[in-house]
Amino acid sequence: MPTPIISLPLSLSLRTQIRQFSASQEIEGARSPPQAMAARVLSFYLLLFLSIAQLGVSLYEDQVGLMDWHQRYIGKVKHAVFHTQRSGRKRVMVSTEQNVIASLDLRHGDIFWRRVLGANDSVDGIELAFGKYVISLSSAGGTLRAWNLPDGQMVWETSLQGSKPSKAFLLVPTNLKVDKDNLVLAFGGGCLVAVSSIDGEMLWKKDFAAESLEVQQVVQSPGSDVIYVLGFVGSTQFDIYQINGKNGEVIHHETSNYAGGFSRNTLIVSDDVLVALDVTGSILITVNFQGGKVRIDDKPISDLVGYYSGQVELLALRLGRMFALKAHQHIALISVTNEGKLEVAEKVNSAAAISDALPFSEGQLAVARVHHEDNKVQLTVKLGNDWSTNLLDETVKIDGQRGLVQKVFINNYIRTDRSHGFRALVVMEDHSLLLVQQGEIVWTREDGLASVLDVTTTELPVEKDGVSVSKVEQNLFDWLKGHVLKLKGTLMLATPDDMVAIQAMRLKSSEKSKMTRDHNGFRKLLIVLTQARKLYALHTGDGRIIWSLLIGSLRKSDACGHPVGLRVYPWQVPHHHAMDENPSVLVVGRCQLSQDAPGILSFVDAYTGSEIESSGPVHDVLQVIPLPFTDSTEQRLHLLIDTKQRGHLYPRSREALGIFQQKSSNIYWYSIETGNGIIRGYAIKGSCIHEDSDDFCFEPRDLWSVVFPGESEKIISMATPKLNEVVHTQAKVMVEQDLMYKYISKNLLFVATASPKASHGIGSATPEEASLVVYLIDTVTGRVFYRMTHQGCQAPVHAVFSENWVIYHYFNLRAHRYEMSVIEIYDQSRADNKDVLKLVVGKHNLTVPTSSYSRPEIVAKSQSYFFTHSVKAITVTLTAKGITSKQMLIGTIGDQVLALDKRYLDPRRSLNPSQAEKEEGVIPLTDSLPVIPQSYLTHALKVEGLRDVITVPAKLESTTLVFAYGVDLFFTRLAPSRTYDSLTEDFSYALLLLTIVALVAAIVVTWIWSERKELQEKWR
Amino acid sequence: MEKGKAVVGFGRRWAVEFTDSSAALSARDIPDPPGFSRASQDQDDSSVSRQKKDAEVNWKTQKAWEVAQAPFKNLMMMGFMMWMAGSTVHLFSIGITFSALWQPISALQGVGKVFEPYKDGKVELLGPKLLFIALNLGGLALGIWKLNTLGLLPTNASDWVSSLPPAQEVEYSGGGIPLY
Repeated sequence: MPTPIISLPLSLSLRTQIRQFSASQEIEGARSPPQAMAARVLSFYLLLFLSIAQLGVSLYEDQVGLMDWHQRYIGKVKHAVFHTQRSGRKRVMVSTEQNVIASLDLRHGDIFWRRVLGANDSVDGIELAFGKYVISLSSAGGTLRAWNLPDGQMVWETSLQGSKPSKAFLLVPTNLKVDKDNLVLAFGGGCLVAVSSIDGEMLWKKDFAAESLEVQQVVQSPGSDVIYVLGFVGSTQFDIYQINGKNGEVIHHETSNYAGGFSRNTLIVSDDVLVALDVTGSILITVNFQGGKVRIDDKPISDLVGYYSGQVELLALRLGRMFALKAHQHIALISVTNEGKLEVAEKVNSAAAISDALPFSEGQLAVARVHHEDNKVQLTVKLGNDWSTNLLDETVKIDGQRGLVQKVFINNYIRTDRSHGFRALVVMEDHSLLLVQQGEIVWTREDGLASVLDVTTTELPVEKDGVSVSKVEQNLFDWLKGHVLKLKGTLMLATPDDMVAIQAMRLKSSEKSKMTRDHNGFRKLLIVLTQARKLYALHTGDGRIIWSLLIGSLRKSDACGHPVGLRVYPWQVPHHHAMDENPSVLVVGRCQLSQDAPGILSFVDAYTGSEIESSGPVHDVLQVIPLPFTDSTEQRLHLLIDTKQRGHLYPRSREALGIFQQKSSNIYWYSIETGNGIIRGYAIKGSCIHEDSDDFCFEPRDLWSVVFPGESEKIISMATPKLNEVVHTQAKVMVEQDLMYKYISKNLLFVATASPKASHGIGSATPEEASLVVYLIDTVTGRVFYRMTHQGCQAPVHAVFSENWVIYHYFNLRAHRYEMSVIEIYDQSRADNKDVLKLVVGKHNLTVPTSSYSRPEIVAKSQSYFFTHSVKAITVTLTAKGITSKQMLIGTIGDQVLALDKRYLDPRRSLNPSQAEKEEGVIPLTDSLPVIPQSYLTHALKVEGLRDVITVPAKLESTTLVFAYGVDLFFTRLAPSRTYDSLTEDFSYALLLLTIVALVAAIVVTWIWSERKELQEKWR
Repeated sequence: MEKGKAVVGFGRRWAVEFTDSSAALSARDIPDPPGFSRASQDQDDSSVSRQKKDAEVNWKTQKAWEVAQAPFKNLMMMGFMMWMAGSTVHLFSIGITFSALWQPISALQGVGKVFEPYKDGKVELLGPKLLFIALNLGGLALGIWKLNTLGLLPTNASDWVSSLPPAQEVEYSGGGIPLY
């Protein structure tokens, strides 16, 4: 455990000195110049410490996993195909809503292999083909790929160019062969395509879009080569094509009409019956196309299921001669008799999930139905041909926080007594994946964590006297043994077995996974909100889930049809009562995806994971502004802005209202309307005047607006300083003791606009058409501080704002390269505060509160550099006191996190820096930024589908915590200027102890000798 | 030192007065032998002792001046060492600078002690003392100058400003792109 050995307040100007120190460490020829005073001494001590402590921004191989963890997920499963042959490993192939195709071990749920497709490459279907391939169709039928089943290598990929968007189907016929070559049929973009399974070569193609046919289903006639293509022309005409599967020729084409009109919700039942709904959704239409003859029947739904209200939906399930109709919170299972009659087999609650039919022995089909009873889940497998027969009936206890069952996939196996057993793969409401077999949950995967929406952190409980942590505490003997082992390792006496033991000991150090607050602030809780509206608390030490909560107020209800989670904010952070009060978080959600949908607020205890309170549906929520005030219970005041730009104050207490009204004249907000290209600023006018308003609602007053010319500029990106960022100093010491005062304001906004053509993907505009304009805007007054145009540059722009600088990343069309630019802003109006005497006696105005209305003079310095990578996310390290130098954390296109020192993005870099500049750590100018392989935080790992990187300061000034999320999660600790204030984890205390003991022994021995000698001298 | 003290402590037990001045006074009645002139002898005696005393005072004064000038050599050596040490911060230069600062300070603290052996009612010590102090102050100044060249003195505006936190802002503003 690192122990802080420098107390930070000692240092007068540690920041400069750290910067210089790291400069002298990393940059050749840069040596410490005569500069600030304490700096020298401290850097000298630093050198001493660092010669003891291990250096390292980069990692050694055996340090992997010491302070980082990585979790691999796949996301919410939408298709699953089992591969359970007699011999070999049993596996299940899944595709997910996060565009992942994966092969899972059916025994443990581990990932055998996993392929993450691009963000727009959503999977339409996967099939197993010929026992060796996994065929996947993705991008709405645009891409067909074959993957090798055992290892997930891509065998071939075919791009299918359709003529217009349509439904997508994948069909892998078992017996359709052309010259011993199996065919794979794919429908997408209005075209039916047959592809060779060996090399993915397209064999034939039939375009249906030309005939304005909207294809609804593609089926293979059982036992023959004929492919049926069914679809609608307009809303009333039904077309059926019979196609020869071997060459794509149309054998037969028939049309028929239905006056009532078809809705686009159709289903194939038993190879030759199509079920559809009419336009009104109240009549069920069955289309029998046996042998190419079309017969259309209709029946009102109310005749079948009785009274119902609301929308009716055909569930996309293959159930043999049955289909499932969802109406009025019930699912009706309707069977189609051989004569074409419809009969309701069963009505179940809509909270149930039904699997596809599984053929398991001669002509028999099994269908699984899962429904909830109290807090238990009933899994029933029924015979598809005879609904009254139960093949299996099991009750499984599933954690209530997993919500309802969403999907179920079944697979059969032969028991030892030759009877058929079934296992079920269950997808829950929180996106987790469970395998249920013999009434037990065999394994669980928390795949909800693949779709993280927002993250915040809270501290762990303070270690109390009463609280026993002895379970994780080692006894003295173990401790000693461990240190002796370490010592052996240090002295290179350890055997390979010892080395293994040492490594294991380091990795599962109990210190890092304790449930109490630590001195260095490394142990925290990451509160993670996922798309499934579930909140998880992850321990930063090892990434385990401490608690999880499916937020009750964000679940589907009558008032809220499709609730979505939006953000999570720290609500209450107790400092004064840290011993007996728990921190809490605020979860903001909406009833619908649209912006004007009513909002939902939920307050969750961060230690117990229980919902304390919730309100909603309330007013709509457009913005959440955490205010810099807290009430007496340390709840942070939040202002929630609705679509009419009215502000709603939370918490709703008199006290909060009092605090707010006192400060309300200095509270402003702004909204960026990306569609109109306008930024508007508001202040508080007074209490709301509309009816049903309360005291906590405030009317806006229009203050300013910045309007961008719509024909030439479109808002594409923005960045603001982080609210919780701490800035250590306002001065920047330049060469020769020159001073610059940083313009530090939290009320700054960076906005990037691009010409409309250049705001799309690269290649959509020529360099002449493209231009990128960046603005720095004061959000209180609306004043534009700085504006700069980059000609020939275009979106995407990723920006990060910290202290007094902005760094942004964009594409330069002229240079055909990505670029990163930096803008640093300085306050010229403070520049004459340079008199030492005045500063000594404190006669300066540097600490007087400033106002944006005082019209500060701003000087900006900027510089651009090429950067090789395209970027997914960009952020900056945050530390507790803001002393440590900064690093940019860049989420690269390769799903890794790269650390780049801010000094590389210094606008003062010049081709030939003067000696003084060099000494100060200014790096000579190069046209591109270096990518140092050792500075990948993720080392050998990939954070698949990386979406964002967040940084949280630890209590130890040198260290920041980094959490990157996407489909995977990755957490690590980073010390941008190295851990100058602590000993490293692997510091050998045993060696230190041994050295001290040896020294003391030496002193004693020599003292005895000298005494003896002196005595002899005296007797002589 | 200790032995001397012990003697003082026990006091004088007995003494032999070789000059015998009291006897001379009491023997005034006894006429001097012929040809003996007391006056001249008296005069002679006193002039010899005065000469002796003068020599001692001179000697003490000379010594005191010597002692007072001793720091000069030190100063020169220090200057040379400092020049050798260069103007970068490392163990050697810091050590030298601190010893250059410490030496004059400790010397100044012990000014009285240094000149104690020459303390005498008649010896003029003010001059040497002043010189001694001046030279040591010079040494101290040299040390401080060295400290400054090493950049360890807060003589620049940057040293006073770099720990000032950013000024607080009166206004508070928030917002952004609508949540989605």
